[in-house]
Amino acid sequence: MRARHLLLAACAFLVACQREQRDLRTDPPVAEALGQVAVMPGGIGGRPAAIDRALGHPYQTNAYQLNQGKRLWDWFNCSGCHAAGGGASGPALTDGSWRYGPDMVSIFVSIRDGRPNGMPAFRGKLTDEQILQLSGYVQAMGAETASTAAPSRNDTMQARASENRAPAAAAFPKQVSR
Amino acid sequence: MGPQLATAQPDPGFSRLDEITVENAGRLVPAWSFRTGTPGAHATAPLIAGDTLFVLTPFPHTLFALDLTRPGAAVKWRYMPPPDRTADGLTCCDAATGGLAASGDRLYLNTLDGHTISLDAAGGQVVWDARPAHPQTGETLAAAPLVAGNRIIIGSAGDDAGPRGWLAALDAATGRQDWKVFDTGPDAEVGIGEGFRPLYDPPQARDRGVSTWPPAAWQQGGGGLSGAPVADPALGLVFYQTGHPAPWNPDQRPGENRWTSGIFARDAASGAARWFDPINPHDLYAMGASGGLLPTPDGRLVHPDANGFLYVLDPATGKMLSATRFLPVNAARGIDLASAVPIREDRYVTVQDRTVRDICPAWPAGSNAQAAYSPATGLLYIPAATLCMDMAARSASYIAGTPFGGADVRVKPAPGGEEGALIAWDIAAGRAAWTVPERFPLRGGALATAGSVVFYGTLDGLLKAVDARTGRGLWQFQATAGIVGRPASFRAPDGHQYVAVLAGAGGLTGTASAKEIDVRDATAARGFANALRTLPPPQDRSGTLFVFRLP
Repeated sequence: MRARHLLLAACAFLVACQREQRDLRTDPPVAEALGQVAVMPGGIGGRPAAIDRALGHPYQTNAYQLNQGKRLWDWFNCSGCHAAGGGASGPALTDGSWRYGPDMVSIFVSIRDGRPNGMPAFRGKLTDEQILQLSGYVQAMGAETASTAAPSRNDTMQARASENRAPAAAAFPKQVSR
Repeated sequence: MGPQLATAQPDPGFSRLDEITVENAGRLVPAWSFRTGTPGAHATAPLIAGDTLFVLTPFPHTLFALDLTRPGAAVKWRYMPPPDRTADGLTCCDAATGGLAASGDRLYLNTLDGHTISLDAAGGQVVWDARPAHPQTGETLAAAPLVAGNRIIIGSAGDDAGPRGWLAALDAATGRQDWKVFDTGPDAEVGIGEGFRPLYDPPQARDRGVSTWPPAAWQQGGGGLSGAPVADPALGLVFYQTGHPAPWNPDQRPGENRWTSGIFARDAASGAARWFDPINPHDLYAMGASGGLLPTPDGRLVHPDANGFLYVLDPATGKMLSATRFLPVNAARGIDLASAVPIREDRYVTVQDRTVRDICPAWPAGSNAQAAYSPATGLLYIPAATLCMDMAARSASYIAGTPFGGADVRVKPAPGGEEGALIAWDIAAGRAAWTVPERFPLRGGALATAGSVVFYGTLDGLLKAVDARTGRGLWQFQATAGIVGRPASFRAPDGHQYVAVLAGAGGLTGTASAKEIDVRDATAARGFANALRTLPPPQDRSGTLFVFRLP
């Protein structure tokens, strides 16, 4: 019985390692391949880079990557237009409604190439990997389903239910009607 | 009336019509309405010139000319300037998006995406189309142009993205730029020369627009136009309020940050600076110097600032005659009249990476709530927001075309629970004559009439008429959307007085708008989502013009 517990704990421990696994430096060929998404002609939807699948979608499932996305959110002024996800001059991202698609490729393309109505292009300002980290965080904001990975809490003002209580959409019934 | 606006138009806050009075205002009935088909903040008041009523919708704009001589005011013409949709991402919080002025047989239109367009008022044909502002850099044109003689005076908005604010004059006949001066930077670019007589800056000091900033910070320092400029033809001056410095985070810009968040007087012919009053130097709370400028009959300039103090200035010299608290304020103990600056309360001074709570008043979010002065009662009617805020400043990097902010803000009601009030201010006595508390902050302007009635709209869509002397409620009408514009009164071709108001509220409300706001985020809409969580959704997302008359 005790051995079984230990085994379970060991498994959980190992999974936890996976959940926050990080590299000090992304392998250059991997970094190069991360931007190779195939986008549909309309600019919405497409196929993620093959390397992303091969690595097991780390930008959606790895807490470290999500947390990097959260830091980039403030550093690159995303919060200036979208607040903590509730929107200001830009639309809300937490409400589960996506103008240009909810999938990683659509979000990646929105950030990299910009969108009409004021979303600027961040190509040349962020690396493909940083855009993917940000995309994973943005996608998690509007997610309707739970995830085991979440970024850490805010350092200063807690503007909304924190990410590690996700999915916010399930815990807090929608009050938004548009 | 004191100095008349050079537009030959009366002060938009006061109507000389007196058919609607305290006695009969309760019997007002809708005469007709006009649905604009556009969602968003209809912040521009209806403009009446001759037998035509002009309605400007929010961005992307449509300008409608409605013929008042025909039953139901049929559309005479409409004009849709081709929009640059980039500008859409630069507005927040129900702030004004462009504006309209009329002079002679011409209309002058400022579009949010940076065009100033002259139109033939009769047929809507474009006379000239200039592009003084560029949304790619964060600049927009939010206020209405000012017609001063043969010049059109315009100024940039968009402080949140950091572009240097400027004021420019265009030739009314051709649209060619006559002069352009900046609100930050070296004296030569700010228009500071021989004629500048500052009362609150060292007279010999040079290039204060550079030296009161960290190195090169003035180049992304903001300070655009906050509210519409005002002219005084007798003095030949133009007065305007400069916007807040960028970024929001004050720790990133130590210094007084000249010439942001103050009031400038400039020569209308050359743009040369005459005087400057610092209202919120080293602006901690993104106040700008917003709140409006009103000339009064006794030759004063009145300015109810967003910082909660009402300033009375001498328009010739800029001398600050008085500054009286009219809102709940804890961020300043008062105004030092000798240096013109607020005496700050240390515990509400923002510190980077710390949340400072319960700062009163809250930042104004580009509020469009212009006060109205009535020569009939001698009172100033201020549509106010009585709000406080929590603010957490943090480091922001400048990235062209993105907001240069660095603050998380959460807005909430002032102690007492009411978020707004209509304040009738007795300027001479320096106190409120009466106050009507409002559940939500007032964001549209007030209109006073010679019939001793004050009209104003609320965010939950009520157009209200109150007795100008006592504040007693006389009448109200439930419109189909929130009201963030000023009502207007006019005499129609049938000889009767009408009252018109545009209903249509936008991004702030979270429910009404072209913008998508999720109110579960307390910092959404720059913190206003937190204050407006209980605001009911409008019946109609589209804007509607409602026009009323006596039966």
